[in-house]
Amino acid sequence: MARIAGVDIPKQKRGVISLTYIYGIGRSRAKEILDLAKVDESIKVQDWTDDQIAAIRDAVSSFTIEGELRSEIQLNIKRLMDIGCYRGIRHRSGLPLRGQRTKNNSRTRKGRRKTVANKKKATK
Amino acid sequence: MARSLKKGPYVHYKLERKVAANVEANKKTVIKTWSRASMITPDFVGQTIAVHNGRQFVPVYVTENMVGHKLGEFSPTRSFRGHAGAKNKGKK
Repeated sequence: MARIAGVDIPKQKRGVISLTYIYGIGRSRAKEILDLAKVDESIKVQDWTDDQIAAIRDAVSSFTIEGELRSEIQLNIKRLMDIGCYRGIRHRSGLPLRGQRTKNNSRTRKGRRKTVANKKKATK
Repeated sequence: MARSLKKGPYVHYKLERKVAANVEANKKTVIKTWSRASMITPDFVGQTIAVHNGRQFVPVYVTENMVGHKLGEFSPTRSFRGHAGAKNKGKK
């Protein structure tokens, strides 16, 4: 068991893969970290030595991850909403920001479909 | 694609001139503009710009946070009033 960056405990997987379980670390960043720590990326987490873990911790701490990253993102969104720009307004109303169509789809932003009763079907 | 750094931020030349004049004279007169594509530079902070949205001029008071955005972002061109029949429920 390895505890990196607070609570994350990925194990029994290759180093590169395990590190991606941390919020803010993807494949390329995991690779970068292991390069920095001079650890081969295929070594399983359980086979890491204490020295290697220390080096990895050190490398990980140079990135903004987990809670800090989440709050940074929230702050950025809040800024957009506060200044009342177009993207901020879209955030407020829960619609896509980047000019996508909203006639259909964009369900990720809009959430589950809200069915409207007695909505007229398009007449042919 | 992002604009070339070599060129610097785009500000319509007349708008730039008016803002500069306003800053120089320490005035806060409202500047009307149609130039929605102009970027807000640090000079704009504290000024009120009336940005055209196709129908009318929307007054925008520029704060520090807005630097780097474009004027048009603060002057919506569409006004969504809600769907037909949705007026009973939800916000008024």
